[in-house]
Amino acid sequence: MNIFCFGISHQTANVEVRERFAIPDSALVDSLNRLAQMSSVNEGVLLSTCNRTEFYLVSQDAQLDIEPFIQDFYGTSGVGDLEHLFRLAAIPTVRHLFRVASGLESMVIGETEIFGQVKRAYETAAKFGTTGKILNRLFQKAFHVGKHVRSTTAITRGSISVGSVAVDLAHQIFGELSGCKIMILGAGDTSEKTARGFHSRGARQIFVSNRSHSRAVALAEAMEGRALRFDDWEGEFQDLDILVTSTAAPHAILTKEKLEPILRTRRDRPLFIIDLAIPRDVEPAVHYLDGVFVYDLDSLQVIAERKLDARKKEADACDGLIEKHVRDFETWLNRAAQTAIPPAAIELPRT
Amino acid sequence: MILSDLALYKLVDGRRCSQRFGFVSDMSWSDRVWVVFALVCFLLGFGYSVYSLATGKFLMPRNTFFAICAGFLFQTIYLVVRGQEIGRCPITNRFEVIVFMTWSMVLIYLVIGPAYRLSLMGAFTAPVASALSIVAILMPPADTISAKIKVNPWLEAHTSFSMVACGAFALACVAGVMYLFQESQLKTRQPGSIFFRLPPITALSIANSRLLLLGFALLTIGLGTGFLIGARINWVQATWSILVWCVYGGILIARVRHAMAAKWVATLSIVAFSLLLGTFWGIRFISERPSF
Repeated sequence: MNIFCFGISHQTANVEVRERFAIPDSALVDSLNRLAQMSSVNEGVLLSTCNRTEFYLVSQDAQLDIEPFIQDFYGTSGVGDLEHLFRLAAIPTVRHLFRVASGLESMVIGETEIFGQVKRAYETAAKFGTTGKILNRLFQKAFHVGKHVRSTTAITRGSISVGSVAVDLAHQIFGELSGCKIMILGAGDTSEKTARGFHSRGARQIFVSNRSHSRAVALAEAMEGRALRFDDWEGEFQDLDILVTSTAAPHAILTKEKLEPILRTRRDRPLFIIDLAIPRDVEPAVHYLDGVFVYDLDSLQVIAERKLDARKKEADACDGLIEKHVRDFETWLNRAAQTAIPPAAIELPRT
Repeated sequence: MILSDLALYKLVDGRRCSQRFGFVSDMSWSDRVWVVFALVCFLLGFGYSVYSLATGKFLMPRNTFFAICAGFLFQTIYLVVRGQEIGRCPITNRFEVIVFMTWSMVLIYLVIGPAYRLSLMGAFTAPVASALSIVAILMPPADTISAKIKVNPWLEAHTSFSMVACGAFALACVAGVMYLFQESQLKTRQPGSIFFRLPPITALSIANSRLLLLGFALLTIGLGTGFLIGARINWVQATWSILVWCVYGGILIARVRHAMAAKWVATLSIVAFSLLLGTFWGIRFISERPSF
């Protein structure tokens, strides 16, 4: 039995090429059906995400070629250029899947979403009956490796988007966010993402204020918060903990002079301001007031990039761990080959 | 307070006597060795934290916690053995005072709660405990002699409460250092990996205030019981003790009335504790200077 991985990913092709190969969820069952009917394939799993489309295959044919397979699979109309596709055979396939499940092959190294996507791809294939002894073992091992790598290295540590860095900083200032009063000033795209980050981390007192009140109401409802008229936001400032601001104002709307009298009444609690606006909504001097921390887009971006660099450095340690698991799997594969039972062709589930 | 009573080990039935007198008992090396073991544990805990931070590896701070626990155990053994030997709370000379103060600080660290224990607070507590233990061990032998004296319960209460108060102030100082570190990291806008492994600054600020309050309450009891001892009051030391009490009281009032930002409360808790330690010998020297 031979293991292969054919596919395309963000490392080999741009999005225009990748989308021609992508298999939407709605077409997954049809695709697995097509895979099951291919005589050269004994086992198969289809993994299709926005960054990759990959076929994990087990075949009796040691020389299984990619081009006829792809043409056979996608039909005679084809998908155009095949030069962006890659073909892996035997142990490199195992290593590749382990790296994919661990997030090392992802566009954002260490991201965790891919683990769930691989799991869903496998479960769908297993349910449809296109997996067998080898792919079952391979994917189970990949999930184990993915968990092992994430739990023993720092590959997933640290936020790498501006919004999540802001939420992490807030957590490091206030601890539990459930008791924090948060105001979203200007319901733009980035501030909405940041607000969702706060909400997902337990924040329950979210106030939204926007020039367009209807948009503020919509976002407040989504965050289980309260909408404020844009003229009223300063009134809620007294016991505020976190301010996320991204208005389109041409000048600073929060100045040192405006903030100083408010701070005198709340010296024992810090104020964290996330200024996502360009031009900035908060006067730079505000950051130098006692107990006030202002982070703008640039400062958040710098932290995010440093975290990403740290993750890249951690990739070597991850590869070391993965290599050990690859060798384990290779040993199992060799033992299985010696006691091989003639593989049955894929049997479709009877409906 | 504590420091006003450092000389009380020389008081027998209200009379002052000299260390040169023959009825003093030497503290054996076997007693001291427990403190050396404790020091080794604190240094190991500190070294482990430094290694962990320097390598940036994902190591568990609980190893530092266990090292501090072991150090605490050795100190406890020392205090029990020494207490049985002299028949009273072992705060009868500078060596014992410093060991008791370190023990009190570590005790408060251990009971302060898991959120602090398992963070990097251990990494900050271990060096302070190590430094105090080194100072104790380096004490000249003459200072490690104490007299067997009649136990006065007020004196025992006075010194014990005052020493534990000192431990609380020491830990408030540690929390203050951590707060200022976190605050400076946030102000530079480039927080490093240590920043994300320390407790939130709000929690540090609360811990700092609570430890100051705890220390102040214990100090008040310690001072109050000090007036019930019945011995002649040494006014230099008493004045200085009341001054320390006023400084800590002032910090707390400023905190409660929101008159001071958390940053300044943290700074003052460090300054006040440094003052307390720094004048430890100075005040005693002045109070014991022969008068003409």
